Amino acid sequence: MSNPILKVENLHVNFNTYAGTVQAIRDVSFDLNKGETLAIVGESGSGKSVTTKTLMGLNAKNALIPDNSRLIFKDRNLLDLKEEEWQSVRGNEIAMIFQDPMTSLDPTMRIGMQIAEPLMKHRKMKKVAALARALELMKGVGIPNAEEHINDYPHQWSGGMRQRAVIAIALAVDPEILIADEPTTALDVTIQAQILKLMKELQKDTGSSIIFITHDLGVVAGMANRVAVMYAGKIVEYGTVDEIFFNPQHPYTWGLLNSMPTTDTKVGSLVAIPGTPPDLLDPPTGDAFASRNEYALAIDLKEEPPFFRVSDTHYAATWLLDERAPKVTPPVQIQRRWERWREIQGQEAQS
Amino acid sequence: MTEETPKKLVELKDLQLYFNKGKANEVRAIDHVTFDIYEGEIFGLVGESGSGKTTIGRTILKLHEPTAGEILFNGEDVTHLKGKALLEFRKNAQMIFQDPQASLNGRMKVRDIIAEGIDINKLAKDRTDRDNKVQQLLKLVGLNEDHATRYPHEFSGGQRQRIGIARALAVDPKFIIADEPISALDVSIQAQVVNLMKDLQKRHSLTYLFIAHDLSMVKYISDRIGVMHWGKLLEIGTADAVYNHPLHPYTKSLLSAIPVPDPEVESLRQHVEYDTTVETDGKERHMVEANPGHFVLATDEEVALYKLQQNK
Repeated sequence: MSNPILKVENLHVNFNTYAGTVQAIRDVSFDLNKGETLAIVGESGSGKSVTTKTLMGLNAKNALIPDNSRLIFKDRNLLDLKEEEWQSVRGNEIAMIFQDPMTSLDPTMRIGMQIAEPLMKHRKMKKVAALARALELMKGVGIPNAEEHINDYPHQWSGGMRQRAVIAIALAVDPEILIADEPTTALDVTIQAQILKLMKELQKDTGSSIIFITHDLGVVAGMANRVAVMYAGKIVEYGTVDEIFFNPQHPYTWGLLNSMPTTDTKVGSLVAIPGTPPDLLDPPTGDAFASRNEYALAIDLKEEPPFFRVSDTHYAATWLLDERAPKVTPPVQIQRRWERWREIQGQEAQS
Repeated sequence: MTEETPKKLVELKDLQLYFNKGKANEVRAIDHVTFDIYEGEIFGLVGESGSGKTTIGRTILKLHEPTAGEILFNGEDVTHLKGKALLEFRKNAQMIFQDPQASLNGRMKVRDIIAEGIDINKLAKDRTDRDNKVQQLLKLVGLNEDHATRYPHEFSGGQRQRIGIARALAVDPKFIIADEPISALDVSIQAQVVNLMKDLQKRHSLTYLFIAHDLSMVKYISDRIGVMHWGKLLEIGTADAVYNHPLHPYTKSLLSAIPVPDPEVESLRQHVEYDTTVETDGKERHMVEANPGHFVLATDEEVALYKLQQNK
């Protein structure tokens, strides 16, 4: 069933700074299957953006990646590529949609040319042909009267329209992997709804795989097939979207789900995760989440939890899943989600 | 409805703020907006960027001069205050800003940032009194006493927002305008700050104007909600009425756009597009009380139609 197009194995990324070595990514492994959307969820500093920058070969010069880290894409380790080799991968086989369409477009270049540029570079198209294709792409991402606007500059467009242009640039060369780093965070909700719908439709047409970085669990629920939850430079839980939302096992995932109000959250029931994420200059021993975790066990402070299997597709790194661990009762809202999970399982068993 | 009518703390009467008035590039940032904020309530103001929600907050605090209309605070006209009277008014009405990085002076110690309002209004008898007040405020917002001697850059975003809240509370205000106070914070920290604000509101009987674009957070924190679009207030009602029984098509469109952290609900959610002709066709519209306490900007025929749709 699974057909990984990308395998990330034991990825570590450290940054040397004046204050010391920041361990931004601490042993991350995951697969990306063909045609799926994998959401990576986490707070700022959890390492989700560093993960994607590493996949694009865009890390800062002070990044150190140990030799046993591997990013396997098309039978080669991307980490071995030289800068010239990266240039044929970046924006071609792996493309990226950035968060802020204000800063990711060139303000001095006409939008039509910006979309045509990757076609001329990677597909060796002539300018006229590339511009003709750019016009088609603009229509494809829903820019009205594209003919009239192909020679516009970014400042003439609204944020939502600019983000459509960014998507058109990313999709121009039919990338196999599309990395979307908070693509709608800077946009209004109504515009966000349009852009997300567009991304879904385009994925159906092109069959590309998407890595979707976000902190908004609402967006994840609508977009993702699988979800990986990151905390302090590690993946702490991953599974299918239903498994993460209805059968979450890691207390951090519980906390994230509880700290977002839905429109029917009752007054007083919003539960914050206490404290702040750890400093990755000096990560704590044991489970990095332990100090903020009311379900922490004594062992959490000493030894890091391995991944425990929940199902073939669902793993969580928490000692609570060890058979010797005491049975804990999760927060009420999570119990309700578990009930929904049992209902879903029941329905599936019947049909 | 036998409850006595609550006291109005802030009243906006036909408020208008036009930039570049009379010129070709005139912008109606606030276009004939009328609403009241009752004492002790949290009034949520939602809308997209450019809807005028922030401008309203700033105009109430007299950071903008309105083109026309009146602002009443505690029954008194504060629209054109100056000098001492303005100082006195701002002691009662404070603001919490969106970006905790930009709204704290990086060269001042936390103690001096928090005490600035105390100094300006001469609320402390002497230095020890001032320090004690700062200590109390720090404790109130969940920070330590030794944080007083540090600088803003030593704090995380959530902690900085707590400093901003402490600064607003330093002059013991009645009314606080919170302009997107959590949108720059991480999800887990957002809940901390919102819960703190809600807790302080109860303990200090504060009134809030909570401005945000995150509709689910506004629904969670607010008693009543106003929906803005293109400088106009389109709908006002209790949080429950606006969210569960919206009248105006814009509100319906906005609500249908919110992603819900539930994959099953998400797979069924349909975003309703908003047809702007109900704002641009040039017909005369006014605020109509469609249901008790639930107002919508519409013509009489539209109100009848909206109510019919609502009851379906």
